[in-house]
Amino acid sequence: MSILIKNGFVYDPANKIEGDQMDVFIEGSKVVESLDNTEWVLDANGMVVMPGGVDIHAHIAGSKVNSGRAMRPEDHQGHHYPRTSFTRSGTGRSIPTTFVTGYLFSQMGYTTVIEAASPPMKSRHTHEELDDTPMIDKAFLALLGNNWIVTRLLRDGKLEEASAFIAWVLNAVKGYGIKIVNPGGLIAWGWGRNVSSIDDHVPLFDITPREILTGLLMVNRILGMPHTIHVHTNNLGRPGNYETTVDTIKALDPYSSSTPSIHITHCQFNSYGGDSWATIRSGAEEVAREVNSREWVTIDMGQLGFTATTTMTADGPFQYVLYELTGAKWLNADVESETSAGIVPVIYRKKNLVNAVQWSIGLELALLIKDPWRLFMTTDHPNAAPLTYYPTVLAWLMSKEYREKTMSGKFNKRAKKRSVLPSIDREYTLQEIAVITRAATARALKLMDKGHLGVGADGDVAVYDINPRKTEFSKEYELVRKAFRRAKYVVKGGDIVVINGEVVKQVYGKTMWVNSLTPQRKEAAEQIVASEFEKHYSIKPSNYVVEEDYLKKPLEIRAGGF
Amino acid sequence: MSRRVYEDVPCPFCGCLCDDIGVTVEDDAIKEVRRGCSISRSKFLNHAQDRLGRPMIRENGSFVQTSLERALERAAEILASSQYPLIYGWSSTCNEAQKVGIELAEILGGAIDNTSTICHGPSFLAVQGVGSPHATLGDVSTKADLVIYWGCNPMHGHPRHLSRYTVFSKGYFSKRREDRKMVVVDVRETPTARAADLFIKIQPNRDFELLSALRMAVKDEEMDVDSVAGVPIEVVEELADDMVNASYGALFYGLGLTMTAAKSANIDSAILLVRDLNARTKFNIIPMRGHYNVTGCNAVMTWQTGYPFAVDFSLGYPRYNPGETSIIDLLSRGEGDAMLVVAADPVSSFPLEAVKRMMKIPLITFDVRPTPTTYRSEVAIPSAITGIEAEGTAYRMDGVIFKMKKLVDPPSGLLSDQQALSDLKKKVEEKIE
Repeated sequence: MSILIKNGFVYDPANKIEGDQMDVFIEGSKVVESLDNTEWVLDANGMVVMPGGVDIHAHIAGSKVNSGRAMRPEDHQGHHYPRTSFTRSGTGRSIPTTFVTGYLFSQMGYTTVIEAASPPMKSRHTHEELDDTPMIDKAFLALLGNNWIVTRLLRDGKLEEASAFIAWVLNAVKGYGIKIVNPGGLIAWGWGRNVSSIDDHVPLFDITPREILTGLLMVNRILGMPHTIHVHTNNLGRPGNYETTVDTIKALDPYSSSTPSIHITHCQFNSYGGDSWATIRSGAEEVAREVNSREWVTIDMGQLGFTATTTMTADGPFQYVLYELTGAKWLNADVESETSAGIVPVIYRKKNLVNAVQWSIGLELALLIKDPWRLFMTTDHPNAAPLTYYPTVLAWLMSKEYREKTMSGKFNKRAKKRSVLPSIDREYTLQEIAVITRAATARALKLMDKGHLGVGADGDVAVYDINPRKTEFSKEYELVRKAFRRAKYVVKGGDIVVINGEVVKQVYGKTMWVNSLTPQRKEAAEQIVASEFEKHYSIKPSNYVVEEDYLKKPLEIRAGGF
Repeated sequence: MSRRVYEDVPCPFCGCLCDDIGVTVEDDAIKEVRRGCSISRSKFLNHAQDRLGRPMIRENGSFVQTSLERALERAAEILASSQYPLIYGWSSTCNEAQKVGIELAEILGGAIDNTSTICHGPSFLAVQGVGSPHATLGDVSTKADLVIYWGCNPMHGHPRHLSRYTVFSKGYFSKRREDRKMVVVDVRETPTARAADLFIKIQPNRDFELLSALRMAVKDEEMDVDSVAGVPIEVVEELADDMVNASYGALFYGLGLTMTAAKSANIDSAILLVRDLNARTKFNIIPMRGHYNVTGCNAVMTWQTGYPFAVDFSLGYPRYNPGETSIIDLLSRGEGDAMLVVAADPVSSFPLEAVKRMMKIPLITFDVRPTPTTYRSEVAIPSAITGIEAEGTAYRMDGVIFKMKKLVDPPSGLLSDQQALSDLKKKVEEKIE
């Protein structure tokens, strides 16, 4: 299929194009320089053209997400999607079914989504769901920050062995990167405990979170992974935890470099000041200061929306605290030798002090961090808000007036005094929006063919029906929300998949995975597997391995010496 | 003579999905099975016996052999002309087949349910009410120093559960039988009870009371009675002490808890007990799922429809309301004008009212062996056994996932459930267009 996207205002920050009126040509699945004959013309006159959205952190597939779906029929009631001649049916609001998840992302112009946390042992399940998620390219990050075998190798200073074993695991489960959740804390949760700082002792394992973090940073470098370590810090969701976040960043100072080294995810949840729920305040300034001064740190927002949603993280002890706070139903899932997970439904309310402070923090972070290339827009879907809140978050970023409107009425008055948000005038430009939703995330994931519209880029394009020359974003924020909620056109891999905000064609994207298992590492890893695996797992190593042909459309990305 | 040796074969019998089975195949026949329990060995060694060799259809009142093509054609006619087909079974086949079943229900605007409806359905209702602290089986093996079996008899139902995953298993921290205390709560002294350190004989149908008493005891509340559910109060308090003092406890429960009086309220109570215990120690609760892939069917239905069982598509999208959309209730109300049964035998396991309705509507069955349901069918299609004669995905009772292996060819002419159902779906789609 050859497509001409005609005359739109193109926002392609990676190629330094900001709102120039121009054409984009797609042939096959790629962006090309020009077309000889055009089968399809999409008239983008007066509209915004961007590369397809790239979401660096969302929970869309796997055992945890599915447990949330099974546990929450009330989340699905009233949110129905009937079958059409080319789409599947489904349900769900904060945790939509797989097909619906694909359609909703696509309708907003997203074409790539990273599932943020999969226990390696249950990754076959994650792949099954990703294979049933249409419309987007996808990948998942594997939970490795509490893996017993890895932790022991790091404790013993065996970095090469740890690297070899992790390369084997990622190869076995077809994962994209290293996810670290509450390093050491989830090991402690195996006996109902937690760690309280990055220098706390992990029970029975003779290691500290600091050592796990720095060890995995080195492993990530040794393996030449495309993405940095992706970190959910210790003490997440607790008042005063901005200090832990700052400590986490500073712990890596001795290892810093000019290239990105760490991504701290859903940073809103770990930028709290105060020392109790009553004294909670924003710690965003302190965190932003540290991030601003280090070019090797990236973060994403984890922006809260005032809504009912479902929290789900691998952070079992945090989820237990959340259950104690809310009294809501609580699901826990411990995975042998690897990780835990927890799920608790929540309702975020404007009039609630804590929730209002949380809301402020996400926006403060985004507005105080100067370099948009190191700050990504997420809601940690569905933790801080369902994916359908993305357009609202963009509108908040682009309009001080909209933020002030949100902070009026029922908004908790004490919360307003505990953040600097009311004093921040910054408003994101459309170009900056393009950075934090696609260009920068694609770069952070080293997806070279995504997040831009240069020749050779993937034919993933979103057209939004909003005229940047006629719209005053700071005042017409409702137009921003409307435009980004339903893209005018979406092209995915060279197929026109959305027109006027409706899915018109169902396609299946690729599942990307990183292979850094060189023959030498394979040999080293197999020795570790032979001596350790069966002590730690109730399944055989051969059954832990997900064969590449098990995936619907695998895309192997080689790293680390291949 | 050709000889093949397979290792690490997951066993397609119970929810344990033991994946350490060794199988030797000679001349395309299974000759030896290593490490499996007696049920597993029998399942592998006798896979070729008592099969329904050819598809059958009912013609002029008699059940006659036919070709697969003709049987599928007839099945498609029945389904395509049905106003509200009911689709049921799925616990002994792979996810790939289950997916086709869900799409069929969606295309036809019918209802789909799985065997959870008659086993652990109440467990889902309880989880939807209060959540659940859960773990993989290896986590229990690694850490547990207290293991409780309530209303289940794994020595018969899940023969290797104790040796692979709990008290007899060699875990990383809890290595020996002496490292763990085993408690069984049941209405009679089963073989599992005889292996326990403490057997608590409970009066039938009074689980809810005992669980409530345990919740009180765990919270150090005084109970002004001598016994609860036939159990002396000292024993209740002893068990509560064991629970609180465990460093990691695991409660396994079976149909003796889900299907006795109070049903989902039993499970509510058991989950709340375990939840309360987490304020004082570490505790998880795991249902003993029966068929090898009933857990997988719950998973697939959940990610495709949002609900683990009892899903109705009559409005074009998934709806879930157990008691209304569950298969037994649908049948008992006289709903459904055709029924597709895959890998299950509802004629044997459903209540009379539901079976009476089944007798009045055309049945189509897909199964590896003839069952009473087969012989009441309009169309019966034999298929290959997943995990022995066909590949496919299956979920262990704790949600750990396996790719089932194909070791030998199926009897000639038989397709996998996935393939046969896909062919059926294609025919149905052609007819309704």
